[in-house]
Amino acid sequence: MSSDLRVNNNKFIDQTNQISFKFNDQILYGFKGDTLASALLANNIHLVGRSFKYHRPRGIMTCGSEEPNAIVQIGNDPSLTEPNVRATEIELYEGLEASSQNCWPSVNFDIGGINNFFSPFIPAGFYYKTFMWPASFWEKYEYFIRKSAGLGKSPTKPDQDVYDHRYLHCDVLVIGGGISGIIAAKMAAQKNLNTVLLDDKNSLGGFTIFQNNENFKINNENSNLWLKKEIETLNSFKNLTVKTRTSLAAYHSYNYLLAKENLTDHLSLNERKDKIRQRLWKIRAKKVIIATGAIERPLIFNNNDRPGIILSSSIKKYIDYYGVKCGQKISLFANNDSVYETAISLNNSGVSVNSVIDIRDKSNSSIAKQAEKLGIKIYWKHIVVNTHGYKKINSIELMKLSDNGSGVVGNKINFECDCLGISGGWTPMVHLFTQSGGKLKFREIDNTFIPDNAPSDQISVGSCNGDFELDDIVKNTNKSVKEFLNTDNSEFDNLKVICSKEVDKKNIWLLPSDKPLGKTKPFLDFQNDSTAKDVKLALREGFKSIEHVKRYTTTGMGTDQGKLSNMHALGIVAETAGVKMGELGTTTFRPPYTPLTFGAIVGRNVGEFFDIIRRTPIHDWHVEHKAEFENVGQWKRAWYYPKENENMHQAVQRESKAARDSAGILDASTLGKIDIQGTDVSEFLNRIYTNAWSKLEIGKCRYGLMLNEDGMVYDDGVTTRLGENHYIMTTTTGGAANVLSKLEDYLQTEWPELDVYLTSVTDHYATVSICGPSSKKIISKVIPGLDLSDNKFPHMSFKNVMIDKIKCRVMRISFTGELSYEINVQSNFGKSVWEKCFKAGEEFNITPYGTETMHLLRAEKGFIIAGQDTDGTMTPLDLQMNWIINKKKYDFIGKRSLYRSDTIRENRKQLVGLLTDDPNEVLEEGAQIVSETNKKPIEMLGHVTSSYFSPNLNKSIALAVLISGKKLKGQKMFVPMKNKTIGVTITDSVFLDKENKRLNAEL
Amino acid sequence: MFLINCPYCGERDQSEFSSGGEAHIVRPKQPTKLSDDQWAEYLFMRKNIKGVQFERWNHAHGCRKWFNMVRDTSNDKIHAVYKMAEKPPVK
Ligand SMILES: [Zn+2]
Repeated sequence: MSSDLRVNNNKFIDQTNQISFKFNDQILYGFKGDTLASALLANNIHLVGRSFKYHRPRGIMTCGSEEPNAIVQIGNDPSLTEPNVRATEIELYEGLEASSQNCWPSVNFDIGGINNFFSPFIPAGFYYKTFMWPASFWEKYEYFIRKSAGLGKSPTKPDQDVYDHRYLHCDVLVIGGGISGIIAAKMAAQKNLNTVLLDDKNSLGGFTIFQNNENFKINNENSNLWLKKEIETLNSFKNLTVKTRTSLAAYHSYNYLLAKENLTDHLSLNERKDKIRQRLWKIRAKKVIIATGAIERPLIFNNNDRPGIILSSSIKKYIDYYGVKCGQKISLFANNDSVYETAISLNNSGVSVNSVIDIRDKSNSSIAKQAEKLGIKIYWKHIVVNTHGYKKINSIELMKLSDNGSGVVGNKINFECDCLGISGGWTPMVHLFTQSGGKLKFREIDNTFIPDNAPSDQISVGSCNGDFELDDIVKNTNKSVKEFLNTDNSEFDNLKVICSKEVDKKNIWLLPSDKPLGKTKPFLDFQNDSTAKDVKLALREGFKSIEHVKRYTTTGMGTDQGKLSNMHALGIVAETAGVKMGELGTTTFRPPYTPLTFGAIVGRNVGEFFDIIRRTPIHDWHVEHKAEFENVGQWKRAWYYPKENENMHQAVQRESKAARDSAGILDASTLGKIDIQGTDVSEFLNRIYTNAWSKLEIGKCRYGLMLNEDGMVYDDGVTTRLGENHYIMTTTTGGAANVLSKLEDYLQTEWPELDVYLTSVTDHYATVSICGPSSKKIISKVIPGLDLSDNKFPHMSFKNVMIDKIKCRVMRISFTGELSYEINVQSNFGKSVWEKCFKAGEEFNITPYGTETMHLLRAEKGFIIAGQDTDGTMTPLDLQMNWIINKKKYDFIGKRSLYRSDTIRENRKQLVGLLTDDPNEVLEEGAQIVSETNKKPIEMLGHVTSSYFSPNLNKSIALAVLISGKKLKGQKMFVPMKNKTIGVTITDSVFLDKENKRLNAEL
Repeated sequence: MFLINCPYCGERDQSEFSSGGEAHIVRPKQPTKLSDDQWAEYLFMRKNIKGVQFERWNHAHGCRKWFNMVRDTSNDKIHAVYKMAEKPPVK
């Protein structure tokens, strides 16, 4: 550590607690309480990265979240490394390893820096103009651009850290723990309101806590001492929660806010074990007080981006808070009085301030006078026209500003310096205010946008509200909070505040130089490397809206979101275009205010908690029997049950054959089930299904097709009449929730007169489906007393039965075309009933089958799956299911749409079957169908929706949708694939047992 | 993220609700008597107002009840919520 850059007797960092860390593989030392940035500066390291486009050397420029340059990669563990961390925000901890981003091979020797010499050729929009054409080359360009841009490295392994989400409800949320936030929080707490105060730093106090200057006093004490005592009083309030290291990320409507609390990033690695790293707070506040302060503006002049050029207020914080001198020979350059606070602080700490360059003619403020009295040389009405020093500033050139401010006059003055502090005034941090929907107004006198109309119960206080002077801050914060909280608290009414007042103001957005603009490099956006020249070029090329200029030049589009110089970009656009800034408006500030980690965003919703996993009551049996599983929505469904060395195809072929040869057993528990009761259910079913329901007898089942109001197939399933006013409806597995809410919607909003009640019972029942010619024998073993004869228990009927004293409902319904029974039983008995059936079926070679075999078997029968063979554009007529439409019914959902001009077109896509010329060739689902192969462009007539090799027919079968398919049966078509063209014949969509004999066939 | 005052449950977070588009579009009582154009008007045409809009909302993760809301889409201010059968408040 260069001890000559440290000031002793610092109160804010612990100089007895030395910490070692690594930067670019070099071992360095700092103190507990340092940020990485302050520790680097104490080690005389300014150069921390390279700029994005020109790879110019860049140094630490600020002390906070607005930092554009000091962006580092933390750590190199493949699961924990983090890119794009601001060195000004991360607190130093033992073992911290950081490295520069955006430079290769090293920050000191950077190959991309060669762009700097070509820079006259990289104007605004260069990448857009050059690399966009031809479009097919983009992939190649992108590779090289990204490589040289090097925006940090993503971790390559899953994040091991734990993140958390929590809700917080409070009466008053105060954002920002500077002087105004502290006054506001105390007043809220005194009114007995449940109050939360957040600050993104590790301690409260903002800028005032190190404002140790005779010119700023509250009740005869220096302002920092007064504030320190106020902070100590906060501990006494039980109804006040103070959260430090917590940054507000987003402010949404209705006072809903997101804040990220850093819990371990400041701890050494071994102290972090078993702790939550970051917590995302979801806050709903009755009232919000924004006290986010202001950010100092830079100045825009030639070569204003060299390492060693730092915001003046940051130099002050480094010396007064961290006890770090940013240089030994510091010059300051400003257009306002706050620079003199920095000058005096440096002077008091023994740093030689060799000059202050002030663009104004004079300043009559007490603080400027004090600086002059201390012997600091002030160059009034001068500006810096150039800077020198490649990896760090070593000298500056100044000239006198012309009377009208548009040029420079007289001789150049040169002098050496190792650091240049700059201050272009202050920008209120209105980001959160505007995120919440607040509207800004422009204040001409100091060129600031300040809060005007707030959309929710909130106020802005302090410098984020445009009060920059201590007396105004205290007086106006007190006044606004009193009104806002309706309190007569008089504690802050009569504070005696003394402060230096700024009366002389002058602002020039783009400072002139002795050279023309084309020959200078006045940087506006330091992270994205855009200059004032780029903004002017954008205007010349016709971009007028500030949003367009922003995107074309990329100004303000970096990870810092242009916090530093958005105002200068606006100012230059306004000046050049000859409009007033207030009329130009601002660009939109979008959340998050500072970047959030993905970890904080997802919280605990990772791995198995990413989404809900639904398992059937029979799941464990499938696992024991080595099933492979398929995700169907949130459900885990048994897909197939491979034996020994079987692959999926072999298993599915075996299962499919067994189900038709003797017996198969399927877990159908995932089917959606809706219990429907009421006196008007049959009328209700008439209105929602396409077929007739009035005459469904108790104990009978019926298949129904549900349409959308646009006539397109929505869902299907079997509904059973259990009693006079009691029905149970099944839906597709994936459609269950949507069907229920659609039915509720109609019941509540269109047909409130119907006496119908819907209850989702999907999870209440397990469903065991047994099919095949042996199924009747198996059921007779499981339910001995039940008469299974076709006339007593025919297809599409149901019985209430007991299995081992357990009530079950048995339906004779079939999705395979085989004789088939579905046993519905209370979920917790599902597995035992399944096992009983399986045992009873063993002598008949009962074979468990999964969803794949289920799909194959129904495809053999030409049964559709809503959502696979339909896609929201198929009517029942397109599916050739005319039989299910009851034309006599007065109305049902979607009926009117079935004879719209579009739905009666003959040349719609219609469901057909396909048989391949080579019966062993299985088509790919999704493959396109064409009528000729040697035409370009080839006309696509349809596509394959389901395709299998049928072991029962010993040939390949497929379902497809095809333009005018109904009329094309028997015709030849082609399915072109990557390496071959497959010939197919259009057929009927029912491949097996057209006469439905198997429904009653038993062995 | 709004706070919505469900007419049945009271104030709840927006994440519990789903939006159901424009309110007060009544399903025609005699669809068969409508021309294609008239039916299409009901089926497809919806307003998308910048300003005060009447909307249907469903307390999907709560009481599952549908209700109506008067919302200003330009600033998300909710002026009123009312039950399905109730008359909309006059602006
Ligand atoms: Zn509700």
